[in-house]
Amino acid sequence: MPTPEELHEAAVRIGRSNPQGRGGASKYLKRLDYSVLQQCIHCGMCLPTCPTYDETKLERNSPRGRIALMRRVADGQLEVTQAFGQELYFCLGCLTCETVCPAGVRYGEMFEHARADIEQAGVMRNPQRDLVRELTLRWLFTRPQALRAVGRLLRLYQASGLESLVRRLKLTALLPSRLRALESLTPRVKRQFSDALIRPVETPADQKHRVGLLTGCVQDLVFSHVNRDTADALLANGCEVVTPRAQSCCGSIHAHNGELELARQMARRTLDAFDLDRLDAIITNAAGCGTHLKNYGHLLHDDPVYAKRAAQWSAKLRDIHEWLAEIGIRAPAASTPQTVTYHDACHLCHGQKITRQPRQVLAAIPGLKLVELPESTWCCGSAGIYNITQPEMSQKLLGRKISNIEKTGTAVVASANPGCSIQLQAGLGQASKAWRIVHPISLLAEAYREGLK
Amino acid sequence: MQNVAADLAQMLGAERVLWEQEHLVTYGFDGTAALYGEAGCIALPKTTEEVSQIVRYAAKHRIPVVTRGSGTGLSGGSVPVPGCIVLCLVQMDRVLELDPKNLTVVTQKVAELAEAAGLLYPPDPGSMRISTIGGNVAENSGGLRGLKYGVTRDYVMGLEVVLADSETVVFGNKCVKDVEGYSMKDIFIGSEGTLGIITKVLLQLVPKPAAKKTLLATFSEMDAAAETVSAIIAAKIIPCTLEFLDKITIRCVEEYAHVGLPLDAEAVLLMETDGHPAVVQEEAQQMAEIARRHGASTVQVAQTSEEATRLSTARRVAFSALARVSPTTILEDATVPRSELANMIRFIQQVAARYEVAVGTFGHMGDGNLHPTFLTDEKNAAEMARVEKAMTEIFEYAVKLGGTITGEHGVGLAKKAFLPKAIGDASLGLMRRLKRTLDPDNLLNPGKIFD
Repeated sequence: MPTPEELHEAAVRIGRSNPQGRGGASKYLKRLDYSVLQQCIHCGMCLPTCPTYDETKLERNSPRGRIALMRRVADGQLEVTQAFGQELYFCLGCLTCETVCPAGVRYGEMFEHARADIEQAGVMRNPQRDLVRELTLRWLFTRPQALRAVGRLLRLYQASGLESLVRRLKLTALLPSRLRALESLTPRVKRQFSDALIRPVETPADQKHRVGLLTGCVQDLVFSHVNRDTADALLANGCEVVTPRAQSCCGSIHAHNGELELARQMARRTLDAFDLDRLDAIITNAAGCGTHLKNYGHLLHDDPVYAKRAAQWSAKLRDIHEWLAEIGIRAPAASTPQTVTYHDACHLCHGQKITRQPRQVLAAIPGLKLVELPESTWCCGSAGIYNITQPEMSQKLLGRKISNIEKTGTAVVASANPGCSIQLQAGLGQASKAWRIVHPISLLAEAYREGLK
Repeated sequence: MQNVAADLAQMLGAERVLWEQEHLVTYGFDGTAALYGEAGCIALPKTTEEVSQIVRYAAKHRIPVVTRGSGTGLSGGSVPVPGCIVLCLVQMDRVLELDPKNLTVVTQKVAELAEAAGLLYPPDPGSMRISTIGGNVAENSGGLRGLKYGVTRDYVMGLEVVLADSETVVFGNKCVKDVEGYSMKDIFIGSEGTLGIITKVLLQLVPKPAAKKTLLATFSEMDAAAETVSAIIAAKIIPCTLEFLDKITIRCVEEYAHVGLPLDAEAVLLMETDGHPAVVQEEAQQMAEIARRHGASTVQVAQTSEEATRLSTARRVAFSALARVSPTTILEDATVPRSELANMIRFIQQVAARYEVAVGTFGHMGDGNLHPTFLTDEKNAAEMARVEKAMTEIFEYAVKLGGTITGEHGVGLAKKAFLPKAIGDASLGLMRRLKRTLDPDNLLNPGKIFD
């Protein structure tokens, strides 16, 4: 674990880096409605809640500092420099600042536009980064079949024993340090993906609603059982579940990483997969995707073909906890005694302001005792691909989260975002803990199944 | 400036000196609207010795030094003078000692520490979650509890200060009674970084009150609210909180937070009393009766702590609700004697109408400290000019009523122009002489408070 000094050094190093003569004018921030940039009153209320500022105590690493830089870039007073790029990629995008901002600043929107400017200007480019972005953002995450094929290969590697052989022989030591860290974060791929687990349409006997289910991309590969559990929880609450086949990535990873055009493409494709008029709601169980999915209306607001449908989509989009709380959760019949703590995923509590509903879901389970997690809304350091791009800061946040979990004395941690779950799982591995990381909906679905026995 | 940065880096280490454009921009402002200045470099000392070293260097090279805590000030006090060294003290954040026997805490930062020891540090400025205690002392910050508990000054027992010639001096001690010569610490409290650099603070704490009760009353007439406040004080009740919202603020709050305030109300009063449970119970009942007797349309008394939180939401979100309405929010703090509150509020409303500017007023009714909040747009030059004129009239009227142009935000840059008229030549002259004595080269936060 890096010491505060090392972290500070890392942050300062980021500040030190030379723009290398490359820079550019803003294209995206400049086009952003100026009132969004102007809304910040730099009162500083965001400072104590920003995980990066809390670590470094440097204004630049704070929301109001970043907003000041973004505003300068939009005004043309500051070029899009490498230092600017590094700063905006040092930001977790956890959106805690949006929760505490008295002036209602839409930081997330600014942040996505700033990253788009950074990619446009190319100030962060290097061959390795270009290759990774090309392979993941542009290729893998735009091709659902390819993603699943890679998933199957990875599964084969993990399940065949080859992975444990490689690890036993310490062959991973041959990898560059960054990849080595990544290797340990690699989640276990499921034997079956969502399409094999969930039929295209499943109808309960007491149908009251009809909903569409989003199965996600990473969620589909690594947490397909959560998708099944979500379908089960919906069925148990009178919802017919419509699950389109071979769904694409929703584009949130693209929007958060400066690829707004690709994000729009992915949004259109996702919109095409659902017959909105026939559905009461579209359900997602992944917090990070949810924030972005709810933003489709805004993302495509000037799209001549899709604007109207995107707005309709945003209005119908619900996080699973939100939806169940809205229609009323049917309590499972059987009691399943267990003590659980709940980690608030940033993009649920800050991105969507959903904090009450997941707790309602947990409280509905007979026998379940919820122990509140200290600093439950403090980012765990997963933040999309942040744990890969900023391993030092990410590790620091993970350590803080793990020590808070320890304080609860529970062995079950409920978390509603695939990124957080993978991160927490890796953290448990490092701390040699046998805790269980589980989606709240899986606990609910288990309780329903227990009741059927 | 890179020379200066390089020299300072020799002293502090490269990681605690910032000079790149991407850093300077982010230290160019504080919490005040429309003020910006660019420093030459930022220094982040961790000890009094380092502060002294930097000041010695700056004095030798005649470079201005602008001290800054978390940069949440509301009068531009920590906005850099072009080319200066910003002395950012956020890393001097250790609590050095908590002494429950003498009810004191030596600290470089306000913490929830007192609370943990069953004690209370009463000053609670809006920025308290992030602002540094050094900044609070330099600005003599107030808060919601001024009426009963006073302000920062009332809790400072001692200070360590680095002077403009880099000498370190200590004033005060843990004794409640201390008349050893002049009360020097009082000169530095509220001095806005112009006389010395505060590096340690010895604070007094008080026992935490055992109980608290919260009430919310709505009024269809401003005078009724003001009379209620006067009657409460006349009844010898000193509430810990007596906060007020005007019509515009009520509407903004309701639109934003849906707390159930009547939209036709002219004023809302949030009242809180704390202390011994029996006394609190009795005072709460009395206050409710007084409010009703003076024409309150509704009076709610919180029965549970959840309800108390719900009632106080209206006041807590007042600033947020106003800040969302327009791109630029200018928060002022004209303050008048309590007896003149209704006059002052009415005047603010008239001035706003006359200059066609939107002003929401809320504030600390109990201590006369009002926050007329201008909702404007700094890009609209014509409107900004009208705001300026309206503000001037408000300040002049406050002074006329025997009040002050700033109750708790300080003069800084924002109210510099209004100070001479407010305090008069003799007072201003004495301040200048004091400044010249302590800082003959005018290096500490030059151009703040007065030129």
